[in-house]
Amino acid sequence: MLLLSILAESFTEAGEFLEGLKAIGAGLGYGLAAIGPGIGIGIVVGNAITAMARQPESAGMVRTTMFLGIAFTEALALIGFVVFILLLP
Amino acid sequence: MDLLALEFPPVSHLFEWPDIFLDGTVFGINKTVLIYFGAVAATLGLFFGAGRRYKQSLVPAGMSNVAESGVDFIEDSVIMQTMGPDGLKYLPFLTTMFFFLFFSNITEVIPGIQFPANSRMAIPLLLALLVWVIYNVVGVRSQGFFGYLKNSLFPPGVPVALYIIVTPIELVSTFVVRPFSLAIRLWANMVAGHLLLVTFAVLTATLWESTYVGAALPFAMLVLMTGFEILVSALQAFIFTILTAVYIGGSMHPEH
Repeated sequence: MLLLSILAESFTEAGEFLEGLKAIGAGLGYGLAAIGPGIGIGIVVGNAITAMARQPESAGMVRTTMFLGIAFTEALALIGFVVFILLLP
Repeated sequence: MDLLALEFPPVSHLFEWPDIFLDGTVFGINKTVLIYFGAVAATLGLFFGAGRRYKQSLVPAGMSNVAESGVDFIEDSVIMQTMGPDGLKYLPFLTTMFFFLFFSNITEVIPGIQFPANSRMAIPLLLALLVWVIYNVVGVRSQGFFGYLKNSLFPPGVPVALYIIVTPIELVSTFVVRPFSLAIRLWANMVAGHLLLVTFAVLTATLWESTYVGAALPFAMLVLMTGFEILVSALQAFIFTILTAVYIGGSMHPEH
């Protein structure tokens, strides 16, 4: 809080400070939104590879399901990305 | 936006194009619309060209080879995996949608155009709303209005007490969120790809002006990312198509 108040005094206008906070929020927001889907996609693809290695004859079906799983998991990261673009000053 | 003395164009410059024809009217035509016209022409040209070739000989070659393997791909790895043989009547719709989306995505990496038309929200949202209408109509037609509502709001195999939580979630996710997540998935992937390519291109240009050697690294990344974006263009068209097939299949054959 001390740091923030020092920062706030160093700006001549409050609007500039708010713009900066918005940019920080946008960057942090996208980063935080990417954590969960990153882990999730890792789990999906890892298990799909295990399944394909165990049963290579079912690789086609597993691949289709894997892309579906990736698409659903990825949606959360993409919503974070959209918020990032919307918040950009 | 200035980043460390690097002139990065503002986001609106990358995605908003001025009208070329019919400026200022509702029917104003800009680069995005021209790319869509091109994608429609390419899709029509591919299939009509292939059809004309089949009149000469039934052995696939050239254009008819591409069209045939495309139709085979949609039939084998989209429809058969998600809807079964009943879904074969949606083959024309899904195939044309796949090729249209692919042609309007792939302009992202074609030199001279280098703009993915689907990074504007209009057509992805329109297609997603069309898919929403189709799967709801198919659901009502094959299960009846109340049967469709019952099967989609009260999924079988769930303990009765849990319906208090499950039913609102299903209501929101099936009827409200689905079309938007379908549209946003395509749109945001294309926006992200375009931003990525622009970032590395700007870096390369700036470093080339100051230090010739320094441009090597971002240029290598640019080449790598261009290859990656070709993959993403095809993959996003595929995912849009297969999710459409999953949604239609889900309202055709409810879980028991």
